[in-house]
Amino acid sequence: MKVIIMGCGRVGAQMAIMLDQEGHSVTALDTDAYSFRRLPPDFKGDALLGDGLDEDVLRRAGIEEADAFVAVTQEDNRNVMAAQIAQKIFNVKRVVCRIYDPLRRDLYAVLGLEAISPTLVLAEMLKEKLES
Amino acid sequence: MYIIVVGGGRLGYSLTKALLSEGHETLLIEKNADVCEKINKELGSICLRGDACETAVQAEAGTGRADILIATTGEDEDNLVACQVAKYRFNVPRTIARVRTPRNEQIFKQLGVDVTVNSTNIILERIEHEVPSHPLTQLFCLNGDNRDLELLEIRVSAGSPVLGKSLNDTSIPAKAVLGLLIRNSERPFVPRGDTVFKLGDQIIAVAPRDAEAELWKLFSGK
Repeated sequence: MKVIIMGCGRVGAQMAIMLDQEGHSVTALDTDAYSFRRLPPDFKGDALLGDGLDEDVLRRAGIEEADAFVAVTQEDNRNVMAAQIAQKIFNVKRVVCRIYDPLRRDLYAVLGLEAISPTLVLAEMLKEKLES
Repeated sequence: MYIIVVGGGRLGYSLTKALLSEGHETLLIEKNADVCEKINKELGSICLRGDACETAVQAEAGTGRADILIATTGEDEDNLVACQVAKYRFNVPRTIARVRTPRNEQIFKQLGVDVTVNSTNIILERIEHEVPSHPLTQLFCLNGDNRDLELLEIRVSAGSPVLGKSLNDTSIPAKAVLGLLIRNSERPFVPRGDTVFKLGDQIIAVAPRDAEAELWKLFSGK
């Protein structure tokens, strides 16, 4: 599977490493080259410097052949916009994004996006821990 | 008409003021509490504090009965999401977004924003217009309905192959129309077949975007 990961922060890099180890073809995108320090020397995928909201950069990352796209930058609206570009303009089959703000939950339903709110997930997990 | 403006920056503030003075029911949504307070003091209670990208905030603003939502913040992504919430969640008939990165204009349209206003290009065009040596300026875009026409101002410059030639002897791109010719202080006139081009002539033309390069070559001589 060819996967493009936008945002090479802790989560993005971790995902890139895991998918790479499983033998997938991974391209990590970030606007800051310093983020790529998180990728280990034996990372076999690509690290591409550029803005994931730019169609030309996405094409260079190989979005036209990508099977999946993951948007995990620090900003919710950037993720929402990038996920829609991947899904609606480039017709990528599997698109997932991170949205921190749980108040925006019905937004992804309205836009037909698959999103995960780490805020909500973590809060629920911590609560479960307390109750167990 | 009920109009919601998103973003209380210089643009949003001036727009709200103008809309209010035209007698429209107008509400401004602004994230920053201090900015909000300042505007409310000055214009009356018309500013709602909140993030317009959240459906709850737009619900509070009564977006369901809004006729137009205009997103004016300096962040393209925020403007896109605010317009999409209005459009897809509250069925606002007309959404208008300010776009700063020119390439986002097309993307916004594909993602459902009704009208985009590209502030960077507008400023660029204005400045180009003021640079006197510039032989070709885009005055206005006449796009929509599957057309992509532009209103252009062209200046006949030194070295242009059309200098001293008549319109009949010049091969203008097929889809371009030269609508008006302005020469010195004469009354502007519609160029005819026998009109001979002179240095400094100003031409107002309508042409498809892809004819621009050919027109440039023809009139600039570069």
